[in-house]
Amino acid sequence: MNQTSAVEVEGLTRRFGDFVAVDEIDLGIGKGEIFGFLGPNGAGKSTTIKMLCGLLLPTSGKGSVGGHDIMTESEEIKKNIGYMSQKFSLYDDLTVKENIRFFSGMYGVRRERRKERMEWTLEMAGLQEKRDEIVGALPGGFKQRLALGCAILHEPPILFLDEPTSGVDPLSRRAFWNLIYEMSGFGTTVFVTTHYMDEADYCHRLALIYRGKIIAEGTPMDLRKRYMKRHVLELEVERMVEALDILERRGINAAIFGSLVHVTVEDVEQGIADIRGAMESSDIQVKRIERIAPSLEDVFVTMIEVA
Amino acid sequence: MRFLRIKAIAKKELIQIWRDPLSLTIALLMPVIQLFIYGYAITFDVNNVTTIVYDQDRSSLSRELVAQFRESGYFTVVAQVDKYKDIDAYLDSNRARVAITIPYDFSKKVRTGSQAQVGVIIDGSDSNTATIAEGYIAAISLRYPQRITARTVLPVMDPRTRVWFNPELKSRNFIIPGLIAVIMSVVVALLTSLTVAREWERGSMEQLISTPVKASELIMGKLAPYFAIGFTDMVLAVLLGVTLFGVPLRGDIVLLVVLSSIFLFGTVSFGVLISIVAKGSQSVASQIAILSTMLPAFLLSGFLFAISNMPKPLQVITYIFPARYFVTILKGVFLKGSTLTLLWKEGVMLAMAGAIVFFLAIRKLHKRID
Repeated sequence: MNQTSAVEVEGLTRRFGDFVAVDEIDLGIGKGEIFGFLGPNGAGKSTTIKMLCGLLLPTSGKGSVGGHDIMTESEEIKKNIGYMSQKFSLYDDLTVKENIRFFSGMYGVRRERRKERMEWTLEMAGLQEKRDEIVGALPGGFKQRLALGCAILHEPPILFLDEPTSGVDPLSRRAFWNLIYEMSGFGTTVFVTTHYMDEADYCHRLALIYRGKIIAEGTPMDLRKRYMKRHVLELEVERMVEALDILERRGINAAIFGSLVHVTVEDVEQGIADIRGAMESSDIQVKRIERIAPSLEDVFVTMIEVA
Repeated sequence: MRFLRIKAIAKKELIQIWRDPLSLTIALLMPVIQLFIYGYAITFDVNNVTTIVYDQDRSSLSRELVAQFRESGYFTVVAQVDKYKDIDAYLDSNRARVAITIPYDFSKKVRTGSQAQVGVIIDGSDSNTATIAEGYIAAISLRYPQRITARTVLPVMDPRTRVWFNPELKSRNFIIPGLIAVIMSVVVALLTSLTVAREWERGSMEQLISTPVKASELIMGKLAPYFAIGFTDMVLAVLLGVTLFGVPLRGDIVLLVVLSSIFLFGTVSFGVLISIVAKGSQSVASQIAILSTMLPAFLLSGFLFAISNMPKPLQVITYIFPARYFVTILKGVFLKGSTLTLLWKEGVMLAMAGAIVFFLAIRKLHKRID
């Protein structure tokens, strides 16, 4: 496998009856890249990853994963990848060690390597002391790392992770991404899906998917520059919902971000003036208004509105 | 095919079964308990048939007749009535199943050598018991003349019957081997039918099919532990049948082991097939398992109702049910001491059925989500 790309697909499509879950997407992922696939729930992320792993047959399209054809060689693909499904998929009624041993057997880890890989996984997941504990009793963060460990026992060149950080505390999430970086450093290609926008910055390259279509693609920096033609102002007001309503009625793009309002404008000075004007006319006090760097979430929300 | 993977799956499955004490208990005890209950419950032997007597003759001869009924052991005389109306009352309220009416001229007719008539009224709502009781009564009445006269009365035909294989005609002997076959068919298929469906429901199946494991490896790995359980059940059932119910085991044990193993292989494969076809729903899987094994095994395997008595089209249908062959095998090995030369056809049919179901299961297990 001497090619520079690990995953190459063109026109990948998947229909379920009349519903088009994934609509003609093209992807190219290089070896050793951490590629993020972002989108809201139902956008088609899981369906895409399952097609790349050989778990679902595409309705149409062509391409290869690890040099093997996605339409005809799904079993070959499975030999060279690791897959962590959305539900972690460990056996809750088996111990940590038993799970590792099971997946070692399933992935065909050579006997000579098995003990070493077992110890490596236990250390990586921080489970050395807990090796004989039943997995069902472990906290989410441990399960997540253990699931990752089990997916890479055979040291696959390509790793597919479907929402690996769902429902896990931020500290564990950070630790998890450190692991991913480590692996990428060793040359493993990592394809991750997530709906956490803040994780997008951890990836080398991203694709934004919405309703089955890729609406943006590039490095995190690219996306900010290329797609963000407008500026983002952050507005702090008392009556947020009312303010939002007023701005929208005046044709100003606004969205709620936590306890603040983000407004996208063409021109910063003009924008600030317009907003202040709008707020004053309705007697809403403006506590703070300033320009901020657009987060990927801002980018995404803008892209969706455009789409 | 990698043995390593099969072993990993079998081990995991075994650990899971072991760690779930409830399912383990059910797996091992259910067949034994069912055999125990149904073994005692199902019997065709008729004993202690409640009887009333309406004796209008009240002679020593009529009392002798009633005594013979009593002494046979099959009838229990619960009352002597003196009004015909009382017979209705007793039969209607189920206090008696049989009523014997002896006319006033009974002893006179007997002494003069003319035919004496005795009336017997049988509650036919339980036709099984009624028919058997009728048989007993006929036998008793045949012997009665010989008891009361010095002359030997030669009947028109004197059948000398010997019953082979089950000389005491204990229905238990005939029922237990077939019952074992029926219970094994249902329990093993039911237990195994949950295995793949449960993985889908838990979400672990998705992970499994993303690995390089082959469908055949997955199925063989799952077959092994359930086969072991089925085999243990079989041993327990046979032990119970022989020790508690006293069913003779006249045939070769090795033959029993071999043929039972073939049968178990087929039944476990069938369970796995159901599990795959039920598309990830354990409740659907268990329903299919029960529906497709219980009734055919009970009604169409020759267990209680002889296949040769069934209408021809149904007889043909019975050929597709493995339970049919296993019932024949078990009855043969237990009661007749049948050898391979007699049972090889059944063995071959079971092997073929097992192989078909096994390969069907492999084909149906797609390593895909759709």
